[in-house]
Amino acid sequence: MTTKDATYNYAIRLGDNALILGHRLSELCSRGPILEEDLALTNVALDMIGRAQALLKYAAELEGKGHTEDDIAYRRAEINYHNHLLIEQPNGDFAHTIARQLYLSVFEYLFFTELEKSKDATLAAIASKTIKEVKYHMQHAIDWTLRLGDGTVESHKRMQKGLNDLYMYTGELFEMDHIDTYLLHQHIAVDTLSLKAKWQSEIEKVLTEATLSLPEDTYMQTGSKKGVHTENLGHILSEMQYLQRAYPDAKW
Amino acid sequence: MHNEHSDTHFQSRIDNGEHIEAKDYMPEGYRKHLIRQMSQHAHSEVIGMQPEGNWITRAPSLRAKQILLAKIQDEGGHGLYLYSAVETLGVSRAELIEQLQTGKAKYSSIFNYPALNWADIGAIGWLVDGAAIVNQVSLQRTSYGPYSRAMVRICKEESFHQRQGYEIMTTMMRGTKDQQAMAQDAMNRWWWPSLMMFGPHDSDSPRSGDAVKWKIKRETNDELRQKFIDKTIPQAELIGLTIPDKNFKLDEKTGHYTLSPINWEEFHRVVSGHGPCNKQRLDHHIKYHQEGAWVREAAEAYKLKTAKKELVTA
Amino acid sequence: MATDTQLDLWEVFIQSKSGLPYIHSGSVHASDVKMAMQNARDIYTRRGEGTSIWVVPAKHISASNPDDNDMLFDPSNDKIYRHPTFYVMPEGAKNI
Repeated sequence: MTTKDATYNYAIRLGDNALILGHRLSELCSRGPILEEDLALTNVALDMIGRAQALLKYAAELEGKGHTEDDIAYRRAEINYHNHLLIEQPNGDFAHTIARQLYLSVFEYLFFTELEKSKDATLAAIASKTIKEVKYHMQHAIDWTLRLGDGTVESHKRMQKGLNDLYMYTGELFEMDHIDTYLLHQHIAVDTLSLKAKWQSEIEKVLTEATLSLPEDTYMQTGSKKGVHTENLGHILSEMQYLQRAYPDAKW
Repeated sequence: MHNEHSDTHFQSRIDNGEHIEAKDYMPEGYRKHLIRQMSQHAHSEVIGMQPEGNWITRAPSLRAKQILLAKIQDEGGHGLYLYSAVETLGVSRAELIEQLQTGKAKYSSIFNYPALNWADIGAIGWLVDGAAIVNQVSLQRTSYGPYSRAMVRICKEESFHQRQGYEIMTTMMRGTKDQQAMAQDAMNRWWWPSLMMFGPHDSDSPRSGDAVKWKIKRETNDELRQKFIDKTIPQAELIGLTIPDKNFKLDEKTGHYTLSPINWEEFHRVVSGHGPCNKQRLDHHIKYHQEGAWVREAAEAYKLKTAKKELVTA
Repeated sequence: MATDTQLDLWEVFIQSKSGLPYIHSGSVHASDVKMAMQNARDIYTRRGEGTSIWVVPAKHISASNPDDNDMLFDPSNDKIYRHPTFYVMPEGAKNI
């Protein structure tokens, strides 16, 4: 494995996370609980798609086959996508969205703060732009967690359910495989394992204030680094790739 | 006392080109007309998010996805600006939403047509937003201050909408046979409904008179429609799209295009609820409004709880 | 079912560049100040319009009554000595 190959994979993973979350969030457009919130979630979706574009463009450059970021985004098979399982889970109610945003944005804040120090200049630059966006996403998620957790009996119940349903997908965020380790030694990748304790304590702090808690069952799902997904990703891709696949010669 | 609360005084202010503000005296008819027109406008922006939203997850490139999402977000924002402007007249957004959902308030009938292929996204931007912009540019000079200010902001933001639509149509007309067919199909389906967006002919539009006198509307339906027709036909021809009207021609003397008669029977059918998507659009709005109720209640409950806590610790 | 709430109305003021005045941009609905601030950001600064935001609950804004306009504003119309052009300067005076 060369550094270039490894970095390609790394950029794909990060790009896919942004791409697929952008997809899930954009499904919520015109479905917000109040018009203002509709616009807020769309802003997060736009940040994600912008981030996906930057990362997949970089992946295409590293790949060196003359592909564009769109070829990478739209023309791969399911097994070659490496977004976290957490991200591809179907949207539930608003509490479910907020739970996902909370788990992820706290993780991403810690992650990109580290990635900003990467020796890879492109990744570092993307990270420093991303931190600003993620800080806002995190604030938004925390504020809503407090409102829902400490709001009504119903909102509390829904928020706790969202947290419970998604928790088993959070273990993956901290997994390190041979690509991560290889790049970590070259000061390119982030040591995600080292972020786990900090993440846990940040999340618990918010949840305690919101009168919520993390679930007892700590069994964790895994697979995305190997391209093994939940059944949901295939459906996302068949929708997302529809035009590109149906009219392969067309330019859009 | 002065005559500030008389309709004559009001009309002289309008005639002088003054703007009317929320607390100023206004005849009841003026207020009612404003509420009806502005809320209809706001609802149109919000319902208009749906047909375009139908294609976000299938947008064929990352660039197209971003543009479409940002555009739909703008529509939501514009709905919001307009709701705020209506609220200055003392009607709450909750009431306005209820009027929409019970069918008491209308929205533009154009959004009762389906967005069936990707070129529809082009056609909506180019034709539907294009028609809307002709109307909105004119409304920047409307006599009610909050409405006028909202329109200025909206026009500034909307200027990219029509261009992105025309760009999609151009790309598709320069593309494969399939793409060209999609573009023409979209043109065929959206052309006539977009002409209907300007409303009935002046001779059949009973409320137009007052609205023009009060300078709520600055130009009549037919004047605005003609402007749109005259600028759009050359744009269509430039990229090779056919106008779905065998009888259209340029009148060399006036410089205006003339068309076949508009099918007003279709217009009235869709307005009265029998368009392809009327039920779907309203059901969608009601469904997500209801599903959001517990969220709004939670936010209210949290507000009251934290206010209490602050009282205790103060 | 409880009557629907669309949360409280807030007025939004945006400063477009440091040093310039805050100008009324429009309104948002929100249940608390944090939400009002975020909504104002998400709605009124999507195109880089702002460097700073004020949000104020609409209920705390008082507007003057248009019926009082002559009392409030007319009396200042004849106080022309408040404007620099009122004063006669000797010919040749500079930098004043």
